[in-house]
Amino acid sequence: MADRDFDVVVVGAGPAGLAAACRAAECGRSVAMLDDNPRPGGQIWRNVPKEAAAWVRIAERHGVEWIAGARVFDVPEQHRLAVEMFDGECRIGYRSLVLATGARERFLPFPGWTLPNAMGAGGLQALAKAGMPLAGKRVIVAGSGPLLLAVARYLKKHGVDVRLIAEQAPQAAVVRFVLSAGLRKLAQALTLRAGLVGVPYITNCWPVSAQGREKLESVTLRRADGRTWTEPCDYLACGFGLIPNVELAALLGCRLSRTGVEVDGAQQTSVENVYAAGEITGIGGLELSLVEGEIAGYAAGGNPDRAAALFRARASHRRFADGLERAFALRSELRELPKAETLVCRCEDVTMERARACSNWREAKLHTRCGMGPCQGRICGGAVEFLLGWRPESVRPPVLPARVGSMSR
Amino acid sequence: MVDAVKLSVNGVAVVVPAGAMVSTAVAMAGVSAYRRSVSGEPRGPLCGMGICFECRVTIDGRAHCRSCQVVCRPGMEVRTDG
Repeated sequence: MADRDFDVVVVGAGPAGLAAACRAAECGRSVAMLDDNPRPGGQIWRNVPKEAAAWVRIAERHGVEWIAGARVFDVPEQHRLAVEMFDGECRIGYRSLVLATGARERFLPFPGWTLPNAMGAGGLQALAKAGMPLAGKRVIVAGSGPLLLAVARYLKKHGVDVRLIAEQAPQAAVVRFVLSAGLRKLAQALTLRAGLVGVPYITNCWPVSAQGREKLESVTLRRADGRTWTEPCDYLACGFGLIPNVELAALLGCRLSRTGVEVDGAQQTSVENVYAAGEITGIGGLELSLVEGEIAGYAAGGNPDRAAALFRARASHRRFADGLERAFALRSELRELPKAETLVCRCEDVTMERARACSNWREAKLHTRCGMGPCQGRICGGAVEFLLGWRPESVRPPVLPARVGSMSR
Repeated sequence: MVDAVKLSVNGVAVVVPAGAMVSTAVAMAGVSAYRRSVSGEPRGPLCGMGICFECRVTIDGRAHCRSCQVVCRPGMEVRTDG
């Protein structure tokens, strides 16, 4: 693909990215929207449901250039992204940039978590949406957060035998959260629950090991009172909440907080003309992502008044996000999940024992190669942050593995 | 608009719904180990969204493709090393 230049480039085509691209284009700017997936919609709107299609139509009507299967791996000079596709690469220039790179699941290691068919909760749902035949399969959904219910509901609707949902948070916290989240969210929760009749939702419960020879055969679960039992199953769908994909923002020099990329009222990061919207500014769900995307789009498009009109809506959705973090905080017992020989880094097969012997992530990288494989610490990073309190110290290009030919320009 | 796509996984013919990802074709071919880890463990997809690199396979001779992010095309030749 030839090199191109745009007024506004949006990285990520989930709800926040779509909203940002549409609003910036409505302001009369030339806009490109990139995503590493073949279709727009991001994770929550994978396969472009009706809600997403409405945004995609707005984007098309306003001439947003959709660049699919595109991975940003470097920022070789100011206002220019290096992008790789399946069969090529190019440079894309921008005046303003909107980062809407979303979030990934947090995975915690326990014995057997690396077996084939032991997956993320969102991970298994994504594969189901990608056409994976799962009807009649026995699935255990486990981990933490509202995503577990949404995933279980989706799987059950598609004929999967969902055996149970294990939520590590205490029941009181979950109930308090649902009641405080407002009528609309309460209605959503009740609808979800109604679609899960016959599926036990067990709070105070988490997986402690997975068993199988060449692939998963059973999962052992434990309740907070110590009761432990083993459930045979074909798949495990397990994720412990979400963490923001901040790598590209970090490479650009954007200041990060504990929960994501720091932004001002107009969703601008600490770097001028670089905006961030959606889950990368802190996990907050669909509605917050949309409104942040709209604000970022208007701001990047040069219409601060339209952006400011949305500040109140954003504030109310942010309160929901705060409640979410409190209710589904990870319990300390989960730090005991990995045994000495359990792998923490799946790319380089580094055990918990070897990682724990290091005093920080830099030392672990140098001595064990923990976090040095193809995922560049995206999977083990979320684990060691919770287990050992390590935070990444720096991000270097390429932020994703790229072909030599793409980097040598 | 075709509603089914025929491709091969490790030399075996597989038919998948149009729009399916290569990760689906591999599973439908009955393969659960998409690759072997550096110490020889079988591995399959974890994140389903292009982050973990556990589902990487060789597609038409191109190594290290994340099978969860590539749409199946007719005649594709997919190889796993699991």
